[in-house]
Amino acid sequence: MEHIRTPKVENVRMIDRLIPRKSTLGTLYLSSTHTIFVENSEARKETWVLHSLVYNVERLPTNSSGSPLIIRCKNFHVYRLLIPQEKDCLDVLASLTRLSRPERYGELFSFSFNPNLDKELREKAWGFIDLKAEFSRMGIPSNLWHVTAANYEYRLCDTYPSELFVPKSASPAVIVGSAKFRSRGRLPVLSYFHRDTGASICRSSQPLSGFSARSSDDEQMLQAIMKSNPVSEFMYVVDTRPKLNAMANRAAGKGYENEDHYTNIKLQFIGIENIHVMRNSQQKLIDVGELAAPSMSDFLWGLENSGWLKHIKAVLDAGVFIAKVVAEDGVSVLVHCSDGWDRTAQACSVASVLLDPYYRTIKGLMILIEKDWVSFGHKFSHRYAHLDGDPKEVSPVMDQFLECVWQLMQQFPCAFEFNERFLVQLHTHIYSCQYGNFIGICQKERRDLRLQERTHSLWPHLWENRAEYTNPLYRIDHSQTQGVLKPLTTAYCFKFWKGMYGRAEKSVASHQSPADCLNAVREESQQLEEELSAHQERLAQLKERKTSGERKTSKLSERVRRPIPTESELSSPLDYFTTPRSEKRTPSFTLPLQLAAPPKNGDPDDLSTCSDFESGVADLSSYSSSGGDDAKDPDADEVVKANA
Amino acid sequence: MELSEHIKTANVEDVTLRRPFHPTLRGTLCVTSHHLLFSDRKDEASWQLLILLKNIDAIEKRAVGSSGTITIKCKDLLVLQLEIPGMEECLNIARSIEALSSLESVTEMYPFFYRPSHLTLHGPWGLSSTEQYYKQTERLWDRWRVSKVNSDYSVCPSYPSAVIVPREVDDDKLIRSARFRQGGRFPVLSYCHHRNGMVIMRSSQPLTGANKKRCKEDELLLQAVIDGSELGYIIDLRSAQQAQQTRMTGGGFESKSCYSHWKRIHRHHERGKVVQESLIKLVEACSDPSHSVDRWLSKLENSKWLSHVHSALSTAGLVVECVERDGHSVLVHGSEGTDNTLLVSSLAQLILDPASRTVTGFLCLLEREWIQAGHPFQQRCAHSAYSHARLKQECPSFLLLLDCVWQVWRQFPLALEFSEALLLRLAQEVYASNYGTFLCNSEQERCAAGVKETTHCLFQSLLKPDIEEQYLNPLYEPTDLAIWPAVHPQSLQLWTGMFLRWTEYAQNMEEAREEVWSIVKEHREQAGPDRTNNTLSTHCESLTPIENLMDELTIL
Repeated sequence: MEHIRTPKVENVRMIDRLIPRKSTLGTLYLSSTHTIFVENSEARKETWVLHSLVYNVERLPTNSSGSPLIIRCKNFHVYRLLIPQEKDCLDVLASLTRLSRPERYGELFSFSFNPNLDKELREKAWGFIDLKAEFSRMGIPSNLWHVTAANYEYRLCDTYPSELFVPKSASPAVIVGSAKFRSRGRLPVLSYFHRDTGASICRSSQPLSGFSARSSDDEQMLQAIMKSNPVSEFMYVVDTRPKLNAMANRAAGKGYENEDHYTNIKLQFIGIENIHVMRNSQQKLIDVGELAAPSMSDFLWGLENSGWLKHIKAVLDAGVFIAKVVAEDGVSVLVHCSDGWDRTAQACSVASVLLDPYYRTIKGLMILIEKDWVSFGHKFSHRYAHLDGDPKEVSPVMDQFLECVWQLMQQFPCAFEFNERFLVQLHTHIYSCQYGNFIGICQKERRDLRLQERTHSLWPHLWENRAEYTNPLYRIDHSQTQGVLKPLTTAYCFKFWKGMYGRAEKSVASHQSPADCLNAVREESQQLEEELSAHQERLAQLKERKTSGERKTSKLSERVRRPIPTESELSSPLDYFTTPRSEKRTPSFTLPLQLAAPPKNGDPDDLSTCSDFESGVADLSSYSSSGGDDAKDPDADEVVKANA
Repeated sequence: MELSEHIKTANVEDVTLRRPFHPTLRGTLCVTSHHLLFSDRKDEASWQLLILLKNIDAIEKRAVGSSGTITIKCKDLLVLQLEIPGMEECLNIARSIEALSSLESVTEMYPFFYRPSHLTLHGPWGLSSTEQYYKQTERLWDRWRVSKVNSDYSVCPSYPSAVIVPREVDDDKLIRSARFRQGGRFPVLSYCHHRNGMVIMRSSQPLTGANKKRCKEDELLLQAVIDGSELGYIIDLRSAQQAQQTRMTGGGFESKSCYSHWKRIHRHHERGKVVQESLIKLVEACSDPSHSVDRWLSKLENSKWLSHVHSALSTAGLVVECVERDGHSVLVHGSEGTDNTLLVSSLAQLILDPASRTVTGFLCLLEREWIQAGHPFQQRCAHSAYSHARLKQECPSFLLLLDCVWQVWRQFPLALEFSEALLLRLAQEVYASNYGTFLCNSEQERCAAGVKETTHCLFQSLLKPDIEEQYLNPLYEPTDLAIWPAVHPQSLQLWTGMFLRWTEYAQNMEEAREEVWSIVKEHREQAGPDRTNNTLSTHCESLTPIENLMDELTIL
């Protein structure tokens, strides 16, 4: 609390840039975890912005109406405030600037977030994702692969998990030797085993080859990996970096595998740019989304100039290449980049999504993220600026993975169990630090921080609400659901992700979502079925006891049908929009314009509500790209004004 | 010259057919007066491909040894390759296709020969007429009338014989107003809004010329539209500067001093050749899958096609705002009043009028606002995106309309009764058709050619229940509200269903559509007919916020 200079400012205006008249007057509160804006209107609508989601705060020059303050969030929401007194504005700015940049892990929201779970439930929640079970699901043949104890207590590689799958034929000496020859000790280990072909995806960091160094242990390690796929005579080493970058690394004593030293490997460079290029590219993309009144040309030019879709294509291309090699040629692949935790994680996880239908389910994607990102080590705290640190370490690595999945969803609308909302929700949580899952950079650090005792796990929370994240078009027996996905990677297949980057303005409205409609239709079908069987039961009873039957029957039917409001009940649209979200059966059309109304005693630490309010806005995304449109071109009006 | 005289080689055996994403086929190729027929007779179940020669936009021939290859590029954007053994046969076939695909005489075209057994030529032609629209629209009866002043097409050759005009303006005044408007297209009623009785009028530009000519009758006509005291808006589909310039060539605009109750708003729209070239560039960009992302985006931007979509929808939104929110009548015109004018007025109706969002209603809208209103289809659709012929009057105005409707459909997937399939079918039919609906440039020409007597009507056939079903939107739920499309550039997308129609990309989308259908069907079976309506109607409420939002949009 010591950072909060002014906990409350009255008569603050929340500006809506698209529709100025929609701006609202209210009171701004600063808590230790949230910025809260409460409208003066009768509805007392509240907007909660989690401090750790704030990306930056900008103050514009004071004008006659007050001091403007712009809060930009890491999930691309933007809030524009007008504060009457300059002094208050400066206070808020200073407080927010400090609060949004925690310096120690202990300051993160996840350590104070308390959803009132007892200890037992919390522990159970952390066990929701079981990676051991996942590796056994892959059907790894125990005669070829086994878990090595080499990394017990993280002695071999402190950023890897303690349990590692390696070829059974690799001796402990080879394992240790290979780790020594790899940057940060990140030796080649199994990430995914493809049961249909016996080929595997392994991952590592770059070898410390420099211009001439070699390690026979590392060479034997690769040989062992290749041999673990008995039908194949060679293996691929996929270096996800541009070749030039890989060559430059040789000067620093790192680099890539020399094909002359390693027998039977084929080296393939993919050309995904580094984190700095990606960071700048995304910033340009965000700027495009924030343009006030762009013409079609401004927009398309900005999109091209950002280079973002080009980079997305590069990541997807990497996944496509690996998936093709594994599934079609039955050849194993070792994937690495520099440290093996950014581009490597992207390439491995995209390939896994393409290869294995399981990773296209809700639970499967959670497992994949837990495996390829959380467990194998990824610098979450740095990449997503959880802690105040070097801005050059920040980069949208996971954003790109999620977007690759989204682009695939555009091409295969029936192949994924989850919808766009799920991805957007994941994105927010990766940045928000509300749950402990994405704190720290590796298993060891998370253990040292005792995260499982001090924070909560996101996965069970998402799982409980999975109805909201379900794609109605997904069907287990659909042809798109089966087998390996073979996406087109033609340029015209890549689209601007409006549900993610088109959210800069408060008044974005989702028009109509076919997915929500279909979900509602499905639910209705189920309810009708239930109703039918209820009626049948009832009827059977009635036949037996003819007295007092009728009244009850009608009551029953009323109860079953209530979740779907009739038109008379909906005389005022606002009634419909403030329906508490916990009524899961209500078709979730409640997203468009309004900020979600928090429950009367809106407690930010209440599990059931908080994820929806941490940013103050119910998740805006809907399944299709039709979501989140502004209702009409507001700029048209300004031009008219000028002309009229 | 008989059509058959163009055919030197009618049949070639052992021809190889290559289509995108299909296995190569061998079979017999056959050229008739109106069709190219390829049949693969290898299997018992022979597979045939029948292409209207009129659908062929361009052909390219290439010699490979003793055989020749013909690449056929269709107006519906399909590209085929035929390998024909024998150079002479190949050249003969190519020549026949070239001659027969560019017939100029309307009555030689296929609709005059199309005689399917399930259709008869007797009975009424088309779905609607001016008189019918008038009869259905009670709001009009008081102050408006149907005028037959153009019954012999002498007042305005491109108008239908009957038009709706203010009751107090007599036919003489109409004739004088017509003389003051380009092509005689005097202001007529296009739409009357069911909520408030405000109207959308359309016309061509007034011929004020350099010395600011006036026409009292034209002024009176517009005065009568807004009934004295109120205010009306003229949406001029040219920039103010362009409108000024047209005065040099005899055109012009309604000046404030002469039309004191009308406020003029200029919106720049590209027309004619520029739009046609956009289509050509866009299709060119879409047909090369080897482009890098940067190059693709740059080509997409450079084609400007989406910019045209953007302007059309924005201006339509502006018209709707005038009519629905501000309660003013609107006159829309550009120069000739046959392209962008119709585009904007029909889009505005789609946004405003729930009746025009049903299959029947939409086809009626097209019939009134495009066919009867005199959009010169024959000139505009003579060639599509592949043709190397020098551009004359080609312009894909109608395709642009379909694209805009698709954008609306994408943003409001529940609000239209028809699906993308109908739009795609129309995009195909407008360039090459078995039916007479899109023939000629005006009612007058259609009358002279005997279109109604000797061809079948496309719209009628689309409405046959078994056919209509494939064009229905499974998620349709009617709403009375205006559906305001978002026109922020990021809200508009490339119409992949159209422009990437013949790529693999379209296949997965087709599967998704089938899936939607199966879910809805399953539901309907479960719920029975009455229940379905009951459930779906509740989702109408999702539109309400948009209505609320309208209060926040200002015009003045």
